[in-house]
Amino acid sequence: MKPPKFSYHRPGNYAEALDLLDQYGEDAKIMSGGQSLIPILNMRLSTPKHIIDLSRIDDLKGIRQEGNMIVIGGMTRHVEVENSDLIKKKCPLLFEAIRWVGHTQIRNRGTVGGSIAHADPSAELPCVLTALRGEIVIVSKEEEITVSPEEFFLSFLLTSLEPDQLIKEVRFPIIHESCGYAFEEVARRHGDFALVEAAAVIDVDETGRISEALIALGGANAVPFIPEEVERFLIGKKPDETILKEAAVMQLDDLDPEGDIHGSGEYRRHLSGILLEKALCRAADRAMEGVEI
Amino acid sequence: MSKYVGQNVKRKEDYRLLTGTGIFVADIRLDNMAEAAILRSTYAHAKIKNIDISKAKEYEGVIDVVIASDLEGKVKPFTEFVEFTLPSNLEQEIKPTIKRNPEPMLAKDKVTFVGQAIAIVVANNRYLAEDAVALIKVEYEPLPVLTDPYEAKKEAAPVIHAELNNNIQSHFEVKVGNIESAFRQADYTIKTQLKTPRVSGNPLETRGVVAEYEERSSQLQVWSSTQVPYMVRSYISKLVNLVEDNIRVVAPDVGGGFGPKCAVYPEEIVIPYLAMKHKRPVKWIEDRLEHMQSTRHSRDQVHDVEVAFKSDGTILALKDHFLLDNGAHNSFALCCAYNSAAHLRGMYKIPNYNIVGEIVLTNKTPNVPYRGAGRPEAVFVMDRLIYMIADKLNVDPIEVSRKNFIQPEEMPYETDLFYRDGTHMVLENGDYPEGLKQALNIVGYEQFRQEQIEERTKGRYIGIGVSSYIEGTGIGPHEGAVVRVDSSGHILAYVGSSPHGQSHETTLSQICADEFGVSPDQVTVKAGDTSLLPYGVGTFASRGAVTAGSAVQVASKRLREKFLAIAGEMLEVAPNDLEMKEGKVYPKALPSKFVTLREIALAAKPGPRSKVPEGMEPGASVTHYFIPPSVTFSSGFHVAIVEVDKQTGFVTILKYVVIHDCGRVLNPMVVDGQIQGGVAQGIGGALYEEIIYDENGQLVTGTYMDYLIPTAMEVPVVEMGHQEFLSPRNPIGVKGVGEGGAICPPASIANAVCDAMKPLNIKINSVPISPNRLRDLIQLAEAQ
Amino acid sequence: MSVFSIGMNVNADRIEQQNVVSVALNVNGEKMERQIEPRLLLSDFLRDDLGLTGTHVGCEHGVCGACTILVNGESVRSCLMLAVQADGCEIKTVESLSSKDGSLNTIQQAFANNHALQCGFCTPGFLMSIESYMKNNSKQPSDEEIKECISGNLCRCTGYSNIISAIKEAYSSKNSQ
Ligand SMILES: Cc1cc2nc3c(=O)[nH]c(=O)nc-3n(C[C@H](O)[C@H](O)[C@H](O)COP(=O)(O)OP(=O)(O)OC[C@H]3O[C@@H](n4cnc5c(N)ncnc54)[C@H](O)[C@@H]3O)c2cc1C
Ligand code: FES
Ligand code: FES
Repeated sequence: MKPPKFSYHRPGNYAEALDLLDQYGEDAKIMSGGQSLIPILNMRLSTPKHIIDLSRIDDLKGIRQEGNMIVIGGMTRHVEVENSDLIKKKCPLLFEAIRWVGHTQIRNRGTVGGSIAHADPSAELPCVLTALRGEIVIVSKEEEITVSPEEFFLSFLLTSLEPDQLIKEVRFPIIHESCGYAFEEVARRHGDFALVEAAAVIDVDETGRISEALIALGGANAVPFIPEEVERFLIGKKPDETILKEAAVMQLDDLDPEGDIHGSGEYRRHLSGILLEKALCRAADRAMEGVEI
Repeated sequence: MSKYVGQNVKRKEDYRLLTGTGIFVADIRLDNMAEAAILRSTYAHAKIKNIDISKAKEYEGVIDVVIASDLEGKVKPFTEFVEFTLPSNLEQEIKPTIKRNPEPMLAKDKVTFVGQAIAIVVANNRYLAEDAVALIKVEYEPLPVLTDPYEAKKEAAPVIHAELNNNIQSHFEVKVGNIESAFRQADYTIKTQLKTPRVSGNPLETRGVVAEYEERSSQLQVWSSTQVPYMVRSYISKLVNLVEDNIRVVAPDVGGGFGPKCAVYPEEIVIPYLAMKHKRPVKWIEDRLEHMQSTRHSRDQVHDVEVAFKSDGTILALKDHFLLDNGAHNSFALCCAYNSAAHLRGMYKIPNYNIVGEIVLTNKTPNVPYRGAGRPEAVFVMDRLIYMIADKLNVDPIEVSRKNFIQPEEMPYETDLFYRDGTHMVLENGDYPEGLKQALNIVGYEQFRQEQIEERTKGRYIGIGVSSYIEGTGIGPHEGAVVRVDSSGHILAYVGSSPHGQSHETTLSQICADEFGVSPDQVTVKAGDTSLLPYGVGTFASRGAVTAGSAVQVASKRLREKFLAIAGEMLEVAPNDLEMKEGKVYPKALPSKFVTLREIALAAKPGPRSKVPEGMEPGASVTHYFIPPSVTFSSGFHVAIVEVDKQTGFVTILKYVVIHDCGRVLNPMVVDGQIQGGVAQGIGGALYEEIIYDENGQLVTGTYMDYLIPTAMEVPVVEMGHQEFLSPRNPIGVKGVGEGGAICPPASIANAVCDAMKPLNIKINSVPISPNRLRDLIQLAEAQ
Repeated sequence: MSVFSIGMNVNADRIEQQNVVSVALNVNGEKMERQIEPRLLLSDFLRDDLGLTGTHVGCEHGVCGACTILVNGESVRSCLMLAVQADGCEIKTVESLSSKDGSLNTIQQAFANNHALQCGFCTPGFLMSIESYMKNNSKQPSDEEIKECISGNLCRCTGYSNIISAIKEAYSSKNSQ
């Protein structure tokens, strides 16, 4: 289990990285934290001729607020998200989810850009980004574009990224302080990729009716899934248990999970309903905390 | 006089392992060392039409590429492991069919499982060797693949090894009493199928071999991560045709074994051969992907079983026909299969018993014995049956157990079977009802039953499951020890067994230290090296403490006696009037007039200054081979309390209790550690671990992302209690403890889950109880 | 265009052929510079090039944790890092834990006291994970937190309970100092 031969490039800035991508594109692989890429190399499942290591590009690192967005540079490590007060305050859903990513040792190296680019259907960050209707900023030598998760995630481990593009940053919309939120997940063992996960944000108006609902399910489809009907259904309803229960299972038939040895498609669909219910209940509870009716 | 035996003496092994200065095989570095990588079959069953190694041979840094034809006339194929063949009286008793099924070193004309070695590349380093492996082209012609033993058994099934005529490699039957008439007398019978899947022992250190040949003295030095260095030496000698004494096999620090390292593997023969061929040290370290595919798996038994019992719960008879899917080869005769047959009735008195075992070959990795070796499978059958009987009679399963226990006054208990070592299987002692009582006290059984009812009304499902085992431990044929005192007065004990986590350096030094009346610090134990003693067996089958421990004890005692005799000459006092303590020997009456062990050791040398009494051989050393009369029977109870999430099917272990009897406890801390570790592996088998092949014989669980070894989050702290029935079958009274922890968890946890879901009457007939499977069972039951 | 490594400007065409890069790093307090192949894993670099074989390799795909070391004080899998990525970093391995006179540090001693190792193959990885955890968390952790802290390390021998006891002991002896 040793990586195949490759040439190694470590651009010191952004422009160099884009030049390298432009030049080697098809034959190159970007490396951020390497926590997904290096196992793949060690197993020789991929044999790129060039590795372009983004770790020395400072422009790609950091967490900042821009208007109503939290902007996280692609090369920002999971551990930095975990330790960020800004994330804790402004993006509590992400804060809750990030601890589910692997183990400390993985989060100390793995990056936000890498997680999004790797597009594992069970990964936490794509699910959270999708729920929040975030954005992915992609650059190439030619252009910089901003895409939605729906445009970006195409299928299992497949994204819209072209060989000459890289993820510059990922933008998570800030949710209003009054919102309730919850991230729920089950995995076979602690630290494993999720069987299924659910992310939910709920806001209620002064009468205690749901005014906003943002939801995504991970692991239940080849890409993170937004149950739009559920979201619409919830608007204007009082978040009592019966309603949330009903909502949670409304769109299960629209899911088409892949089965594997850890859980059949049918089982994952079943779990989706349970986890969504839990997430909705917890988010609603949090949303109701500030409301006096 | 035991001052150290029975104490929590801290481990001598720890310092090096904590500071990173231990030496595992992969840590060995030699000048000019080359490294090997292996091309393994990607097909489960296929003809090899052609192997093109030309590109690989030309690749930079490549020294050699060998395939099967290169070994012809140089390295013989394996024979079966004679160490595991049956003793003749057992053979006569059960008249088994066992077909010879030796394995090729490298696949030649055909491959029979994914992961089988086809070619070995030797290069300047592992990176280059792997590059070259990728350049080898094998042309396969796929053959029909067998992954189901029932299919493989069918007459029309394709035959994996033509010379065997069919895929049933072994067959045997064991009969006790009169099964037919007992079934006629029964009030009830239950017929069911129970399955223990294929798992992998997965020591955290993979296998590995380093070999160096020294031409000057024709010495072949081999380091291997093995549990059985003597067996490795013997097969190298036989198969590469070398003088056995010119081979030294060392098992350095070994990172866990659990059974998979208890076989001799092709690499352990071919890598030394290549080191000789190239006059260059060669190293091969298995990677985890290779380990999952090619290191032997275990378990994989399906039992079709029928039990007959009376309305009061008395079991009258048990009839079982089981298949052991051994993968593509079996080199271990009836080892696990017969263990299952011998242990299936466990602690229960079942006078009429009939079991047929068949070892069937399929296109999977071959099996070896793994921690428990046939007992976890048997216990899963028996203890699930106890719960099923209880269900049928609508009584607490504890009552069924109690009804059928062998009673303490019936000890020693004749089982009417032969054990695998050819002796009558007689349980020497123990008090099973008391053991169960102790376990139930710790968990608070009655209280739990109360709580369970209350919680159920709140929609919370908790359950309790009990399982018990007996285990024949400390199997022979022998183990030896040399105990000697060197010229500096330091005591050395060399043993033939070979530890990999069992703390031999500590526990054996405790035994020796007590004999000499010194501290264990004054004793150095060496093991895992064929140059230490002429014969040795190894560490497996919970045999280390029993066999090596007894050998050390007897050798120490004899050397002590000899030293007293020499001291007697030196001090001109009768040996009986002498005392040995703290490295000194002195007259009981006059402690100030002493000689030291060092002085006695010097006086033991031959020559004019020798003080060795007449008629005694000079020398400060005694060798003793302990030959156990038969195995000793350890026993124990496991109780699991679990909670089931009815919606998701997830099982959480809330409490786990073990009561066990391993005879004399040499070092409680070490014994408890063995049990806790065994339970963790058992929990893996109960809830997480399974080797899965798809219908094409491709290994689906080929990485640590798919093969789920429990982490700290999944393993509870086990609460333990002890029974201490000293075994009369060895001088120290010990029984083996290495495997016990791993035997019961699949049964105890399955029972607990069924107990939790009692309102739905769920039957768990196989493990692991994955959330998906359990949820399916729940759903099915709810639909009814 | 500067493509890689401190003080070394190599143009992209030459990179195609070159298969040696240089790394400068600090390992267990010692500064060093080495020429290596870019594909060399950090675990192999430590073990083979520097002879620091205390760092063990159990899976080479990031799951078992046996290869855990500290990079700039944080625990990472050395099998999931290229050696070249450690350029400019401060590395600590198990060999750095005991003091010069050979005495064990608090957590090593607690492991010995609590029989927290059997075969010892997993041990260096655990020690390094715990070392970094204890540096970052001075407060005595709960049982759940302790389990979480070691959940990225597999042990096939001990069943973890004694490792948990060892961590508790290490915290109490640290706090009583
Ligand atoms: C044992 C283990 C457990 C894990 N458990 C989880 C888990 O539970 N949840 C989870 O989400 N993840 C898990 N991971 C994966 C981990 O989070 C990865 O770090 C992450 O998915 C990828 O991030 P990375 O920075 O390491 O990416 P890399 O490994 O460097 O790259 C991954 C892929 O993305 C591409 N890429 C990287 N950065 C960019 C960029 N900026 N622009 C374009 N393409 C890019 C690479 O070319 C590569 O194809 C686990 C990993 C391991 C080893
Ligand atoms: S060897 Fe690095 S995690 Fe297993
Ligand atoms: S002590 Fe052997 S793997 Fe942990």
